[in-house]
Amino acid sequence: MGRKVYLDHAATTPLDPRVIEVMLPYLTEKYGNPSSFHTLGKQAKDDISESRSQIAEVLNVRSDEILFTSGGTESDNLAILGFARANQTNGKHLITTKIEHHAVLEAMIQLEKKEGFEVTYLKPDRDGLVSASQIADALRPDTIFVSVMYANNEIGTVQPIREIGNLVQKYRQEQKHTWPVFHTDACQASSFLDLDVERLHVDLLTLNGSKMYGPKGIGLLYVRRGIKLQPLQFGGSQERGLRSGTENVAGIIGMAKALTLAQRDKVNESKRLVQLRDKLINGILKSIPKTRLNGHPTTRLPNNGNISFMDIEGEALVLYLDAAGVFVSTGSACTSASLEPSHVILALGMPYEVAHGSIRFTLGHETTEKDIDYVLETLPPLVEKLRSISPVRVDEKYFA
Amino acid sequence: MSDVTSKDNKQSWFYSDIVKNHFFHPRNFIEDGEIDERRFNSIGKVGSPACGDELRVWMKVDPQSERILEFRWRTFGCGSAIASTSMASVVVTENGGMTLDEARKLKPQDIIDRLGGLPQRKIHCSVLCDKALRDAINDYYRRTEQFDKIIAEASRVIDSIAKVTDHDIETAVLEGAQTLEQVQQKTKVGIGNPSCLPAVEELIRFYKEKYFG
Repeated sequence: MGRKVYLDHAATTPLDPRVIEVMLPYLTEKYGNPSSFHTLGKQAKDDISESRSQIAEVLNVRSDEILFTSGGTESDNLAILGFARANQTNGKHLITTKIEHHAVLEAMIQLEKKEGFEVTYLKPDRDGLVSASQIADALRPDTIFVSVMYANNEIGTVQPIREIGNLVQKYRQEQKHTWPVFHTDACQASSFLDLDVERLHVDLLTLNGSKMYGPKGIGLLYVRRGIKLQPLQFGGSQERGLRSGTENVAGIIGMAKALTLAQRDKVNESKRLVQLRDKLINGILKSIPKTRLNGHPTTRLPNNGNISFMDIEGEALVLYLDAAGVFVSTGSACTSASLEPSHVILALGMPYEVAHGSIRFTLGHETTEKDIDYVLETLPPLVEKLRSISPVRVDEKYFA
Repeated sequence: MSDVTSKDNKQSWFYSDIVKNHFFHPRNFIEDGEIDERRFNSIGKVGSPACGDELRVWMKVDPQSERILEFRWRTFGCGSAIASTSMASVVVTENGGMTLDEARKLKPQDIIDRLGGLPQRKIHCSVLCDKALRDAINDYYRRTEQFDKIIAEASRVIDSIAKVTDHDIETAVLEGAQTLEQVQQKTKVGIGNPSCLPAVEELIRFYKEKYFG
């Protein structure tokens, strides 16, 4: 096979060599368990403590407000289930959106179906944006928790987190309550957007290593001081008893390095990727008829293009592109056993056939202009071929 | 994706080589200019894009021998839908073509076997093609006024453990069940047999669209 173009960075990113370098000692000679009472253990403990401080500095928070977890899913679960269970005497209402990651939605559904909570799922507008005023309308005295993702993993839409955070904080002050608290899943935002928690007014924030050129299997949850959580996992009382289990030392060291690099380089990298992203999006929309950009044209992640190709089914196109060396993904079609098309595209008001035809292109560090040229050259005949064997003709109103 | 990998786990691709071959080089699909009503004497259709699959077939049946001379198709579907329809088009037309009676005896499993297997959760894609073929056979008999040969689709067992048929699911939807859970409350479908759930969800959506738009 000739050229290989990886455009699935929202699924995961490769490890940055500088991250591997700092991790390696912890996979070899510095193997101590941070809980051990000897030199090797103390060294590991000191080093994760140093990483915690580095991360705290990036987020503009205190070290003891960072909890290390196994990844984005666990952080989201711990934030939602942990907070709701520990604070249910204050109320049993939660607010989120219809386009959250499954790690948020499924935790909400668990609370709703099994634990007697009530959840409001806000519908985004046609561009995939929710507004602070929608949150304001949904707030009730018994609302204890609001969760809105920073940037969407499928369509890249960036939500007005600062305004929502501000609103929730003011509402709390007016009500003279310590609730609701505001959580955001920032996994997709980490390489591009501001993560200063004070400016964002968030109370809980999810990050993971594998979307920012760091390792998989590591994540964190920022928890504002004073917020009570009920742990999901019990054992040796690591992470202040909120997340028992021996720390993933190499993962923590790697994530701290990756986050520092990502946040340091985010402005330049964003500028570079926006150009490539727009070249890709505009190129597709121009050269291939009956296509539609999903998500907001500008209020979106610098690396995300999500396009519906009318009349064809996404999986077939993914496999044709794969054979041509281009690695992309459909929304969430293949992740769910139900074969449901993307819940995100459906929430934009699109019909099933448009959701089934959506493809996500997510660019990254190693993406070059040549890669984009190659995709723009490869794609049209594949789309044409699949269209020629399809009986479906999607209504014009969805792409015109 | 573990259930989408090949059966023997030896191939890194999700589909067998034969599936791949038919997927990348589909046989007998119909081109735009070829859709000529006079050329074909039966048409079949099944599914809808809402289900994620739609399939249309055009057949040319020899009036004397009632053999299938041509089987042409179009599908909106995933890799397995494309490959199994392509394979079915080969199977019914090879060696001078199957008679309509023979074609009716063809089972989805026969196509899957010829493809070298399909991943478990993709089996339903090949059922679609079987249904379209049956629909086209009925259409031929309708057009030739052999009404005694038309076989109304008998209800199909969806969950062989709970013995739930597509007709049971249709009834549940007509009685107001909207979600998988509600249909499960009425029919017990898929409880203890989750492998049929994709097909059940597809049917719920299909019947909801059919009756309630």
